[in-house]
Amino acid sequence: MGGHDADIIVVGGGHAGCEAALACARMGASVLLLTLGWDTVAAMPCNPSIGGPGKAQLVREIDALGGEMARNIDATYLQMRLLNTGKGPAVRSLRAQADKAAYGARMREVLRRERNLAVEVAHVVGVEVGADGSARGVVTRERGPVRAAAVIIATGTYLGGTIHVGDRSWSSGPQGQPAAEELGHALAKLGLRLARFKTGTSPRVRKDSVDVSKMQEQRGEVLPFGFSFETGGTRPDQELCWLTYTTPRTHEIIRANLGRAPLYTGAITGRGPRYCPSIETKVVQFPARERHQVFLEPETRNGDVMYLGGLSTSLPADVQEEMVHSVPGLEDAEIVRPGYAIEYDCLVPTELLPSLETKKVPGLFAAGQINGTSGYEEAASQGLIAGINAVLKIRGKEPFVLERSEAYIGVLIDDLVTKGTCEPYRMMTSRAEYRLTLRQDNADLRLTEKGHGLGLVPEERYERFLARRRLVRDEIERLTGTVVPGDAETARMLAAIGTAPLQAETSLGDLLARPEVTYEKLAAIDPGRPVLPQDVVQVVEIELKYAGYIRKQRGQIERARRLESRLLPLHVDYWSIAGLSREAREKLSDIRPRSIGQAARISGVSPADIMALLAYVESGRHRGEDSELGV
Amino acid sequence: MKVGQARTPKLTRGRERVYMQGYAENDTIAAISTPLGEGGIGIVRISGPRALEIASRLFRDPSGKRHRTLKPWGLRYGIVVDPETGEEIDEALASAMPAPHSFTREDVVEFSCHGGIGPLSRVLDAVLKCGARLAQPGEFTRRAFLSGRIDLAQAEAVIEIVRARTDSARRLALANLRGGLSAAVVSIRDDVVALLAELEAAVDFPEDDVGEPDHAAITRQARETASRLRGLAARARCGRVYRDGVTVAIVGRPNVGKSSLLNALLGRSRAIVTDVPGTTRDAVEDWTNMRGVPVRLVDTAGLRETDDPVERLGVERTRERLDEADLAIVVIDGSEPLSDGDVAVLRRASGKGGAVALNKSDLPPKVSESDVVPHAAGMPVVRVSAKAGAGIGSLEGTIARLAVGRVAGVSEGMVMATARQQEALERAAAALDEAARGVDGGAPLDLAAIDIREALFWLDQITGRSASDEVLDKIFSEFCIGK
Repeated sequence: MGGHDADIIVVGGGHAGCEAALACARMGASVLLLTLGWDTVAAMPCNPSIGGPGKAQLVREIDALGGEMARNIDATYLQMRLLNTGKGPAVRSLRAQADKAAYGARMREVLRRERNLAVEVAHVVGVEVGADGSARGVVTRERGPVRAAAVIIATGTYLGGTIHVGDRSWSSGPQGQPAAEELGHALAKLGLRLARFKTGTSPRVRKDSVDVSKMQEQRGEVLPFGFSFETGGTRPDQELCWLTYTTPRTHEIIRANLGRAPLYTGAITGRGPRYCPSIETKVVQFPARERHQVFLEPETRNGDVMYLGGLSTSLPADVQEEMVHSVPGLEDAEIVRPGYAIEYDCLVPTELLPSLETKKVPGLFAAGQINGTSGYEEAASQGLIAGINAVLKIRGKEPFVLERSEAYIGVLIDDLVTKGTCEPYRMMTSRAEYRLTLRQDNADLRLTEKGHGLGLVPEERYERFLARRRLVRDEIERLTGTVVPGDAETARMLAAIGTAPLQAETSLGDLLARPEVTYEKLAAIDPGRPVLPQDVVQVVEIELKYAGYIRKQRGQIERARRLESRLLPLHVDYWSIAGLSREAREKLSDIRPRSIGQAARISGVSPADIMALLAYVESGRHRGEDSELGV
Repeated sequence: MKVGQARTPKLTRGRERVYMQGYAENDTIAAISTPLGEGGIGIVRISGPRALEIASRLFRDPSGKRHRTLKPWGLRYGIVVDPETGEEIDEALASAMPAPHSFTREDVVEFSCHGGIGPLSRVLDAVLKCGARLAQPGEFTRRAFLSGRIDLAQAEAVIEIVRARTDSARRLALANLRGGLSAAVVSIRDDVVALLAELEAAVDFPEDDVGEPDHAAITRQARETASRLRGLAARARCGRVYRDGVTVAIVGRPNVGKSSLLNALLGRSRAIVTDVPGTTRDAVEDWTNMRGVPVRLVDTAGLRETDDPVERLGVERTRERLDEADLAIVVIDGSEPLSDGDVAVLRRASGKGGAVALNKSDLPPKVSESDVVPHAAGMPVVRVSAKAGAGIGSLEGTIARLAVGRVAGVSEGMVMATARQQEALERAAAALDEAARGVDGGAPLDLAAIDIREALFWLDQITGRSASDEVLDKIFSEFCIGK
């Protein structure tokens, strides 16, 4: 490309950076990935796991769109479990314990093999902006200016990173590499607003110094599927995790040392996540709890280091030692690395468009923890979307935006760019109002078509997807079309599978909707059924069994779509629209929602404001102003 | 005093265009804001950035010579004059309420003038001549709503106040304006949020020690909340009686004193009947007020078997009127023995319900209560004398009690709700029942959550809030989360 070192530069090699770079390269753009260190590419500086409620759905969506995270964890997991099996089809979620070393190594190998993609170790200190105000590249310490048509910043918690352990604190990134100081200032100079967040991590201990006999064993499961639609089931030889609990003595130690806890002395000012509080916060906020869970999770296969999930802390190292030793099974545990809190700067995510491009600097995209999120899965999802949109941008195409009713990724990004976040944002299923339609089992049915359209899903895989989709559709059609007679013979068979006789002729599909009937049990009265892969059976069963609820949810989606389809003009002066509150004017001018639906989700925009906006849009429509509408 | 709001846009091209294309609500509106009629006082209200300026152009001191300045929050006595001719129109009290501390959050001036359509419309004309625009129906309320001064339920309450036919109706609407319905809904809504948070915590944090939700407790809570919503809906229905009123047909044999009873009922209360536009004042029906319940009394032709075709037509109409009515007053002449004709009327009215008026109590009684009760199907019997005015108050009390009890079966803690709010309450209750039914039937928790969210959606239609973040806040404050 003319004068460019690459089409797109990705800054940062974490989970966001990796997905962004791969998406760009796979769509045919040339990519330069700049990282502070080759060994820390795709590292997991916090807990060694991927998935869980909400997050598993993200990973499956990444896979359905042609991303890498799902395949990478399927190839390198230590243990896999299916959570929430008893709580319903919408929230069943895979969760894997990762081999941190293997995960990173495999991802680096994937990057290395990708054509169009180069990785370079460099320290980025600035963003180059052209005369027209759009991003032209970056400036590195090593090489000076490096040119590209678009830049994706995915620097995680490196911006202005400060680590705290007790009363000691120092400037650092999470993996012991230097914090990125200049880049943060450079972004601020471009007019981008920054916020300061905090997150914490747990102490790591030597495996051979713990006594697991005092703990509960947690085994993995043999499952018929993994994260990727392209990999098969899980293997039986999985590593173990263990569960133990804090004691009243632990809590005493913590309480006695709160005077040395940076969270309580005022040394830490950044906002921490409520869903991932430090152990000191848990003890202070829930004084009535007699114990808190501590999970021992291996960091690598046959490795020597165990992660103490649930014990995130920034207490002084000597207090951590005392605290850890008060937990059954950890009496003699040797701490390899104490827990720490890290404060870092991140972008205020309302600086971003739904494409993850910054509003103020065209061609500059941001993805991952720098956008105020937490979690590897959230980062990877944004990386993928930023990568896709950077390529679409330089090709002059419309951005790729997923709706809240299409994907958890849509929920994630809409939440960020519409509401912003006052704490590190983590995905949860309760954030997705349409989660019954956004299940992990149907992620490919929702998204693989789109991934193929973008050029991220290769033909061969797309063929396999089409075949699976055909199987699902055919089987649903067959079951709803097969009528069961209401005769005595059938009644006997129904009694045998523990369900009431029929009042009238019923389809197999309707029978499946009975709570006590499963697809498997139905085999007795369905001799002609085809042999189907288990993942196909799963989708079919859920779609039919919960058809009533799914219909209900579709109704809710339609209801909301009425507001989503009322688009707001691109350049509205919200100060001139009558009837808006001052707060609404400020928020709307800042966020510039695409639709009335999005406006309604902005905090501080009241129903009265929405009425005023509707009235405004209506009056424009009457005057034939539609041509101005929409993004 | 400074007029108008801080709205001084820089006229860049884009802004100008948007400004021009309108929905410009920064004009000044005016209307007569009291019911038209021969009332003692009538009010002309002006709202908008030019309200104060317009008002001071029209308003002179009592001598009529000098312009009178308006003092915020003060009442000023003066003369309203025609801005063109200087002619005096009416004496008035003017009050100025500067933005944003007025009903519309705009500058507001109110002229309290002599009631009566003549002076009021001339004052309004004068205001319009000075550049105000005639307000559309409900436009003041709409501005109050759009300015965030009142929420949707409150806005609807204002309309109710304006339309209120009796004091009780107005009091209920006023309670609603102060947030009566919203407050009741908000407290129930908090319980729904808590219920949802319990499910969501279990679903989103399966590995934390939040405990499995107790399915039986969830269905119980959902049903309890649904029944509280239904109770609120019932109280709201009850409130609707005070707003919409009931129709009571006065039926009976010919010449038992139906018309004089009608007159007695109307006569006693005529002074407090308000003028309601659109109500016809013909001889056979009129609105009255019984203990705060607006009652439309309908007189009917006497009911009896007859061969006369003209009279038969009258009887037919009486039957129709009885069918359309909410309640009946069966009038029986107590000074004559109970006849078959009386019994026939009682039988006919018994399906409708109402009261039996044993009329002519001023004459020696020939019918006792115990003669009537076997035919009255539970209708209470009240002795009255339409002529002497005896027992009328007791009959009114009976009818009012029946009207309220009939609709809702409750008589305390009423709230006013519009049909829209009523529907939202009922849909929310139905969704919660559905959730309970689902959990009972073995539906997983994530599906029950769909119904509970649906209930929240409908409650939010009343309070105008949105719940998503609240559920999370609730989870984090109630449960110790964080593996």
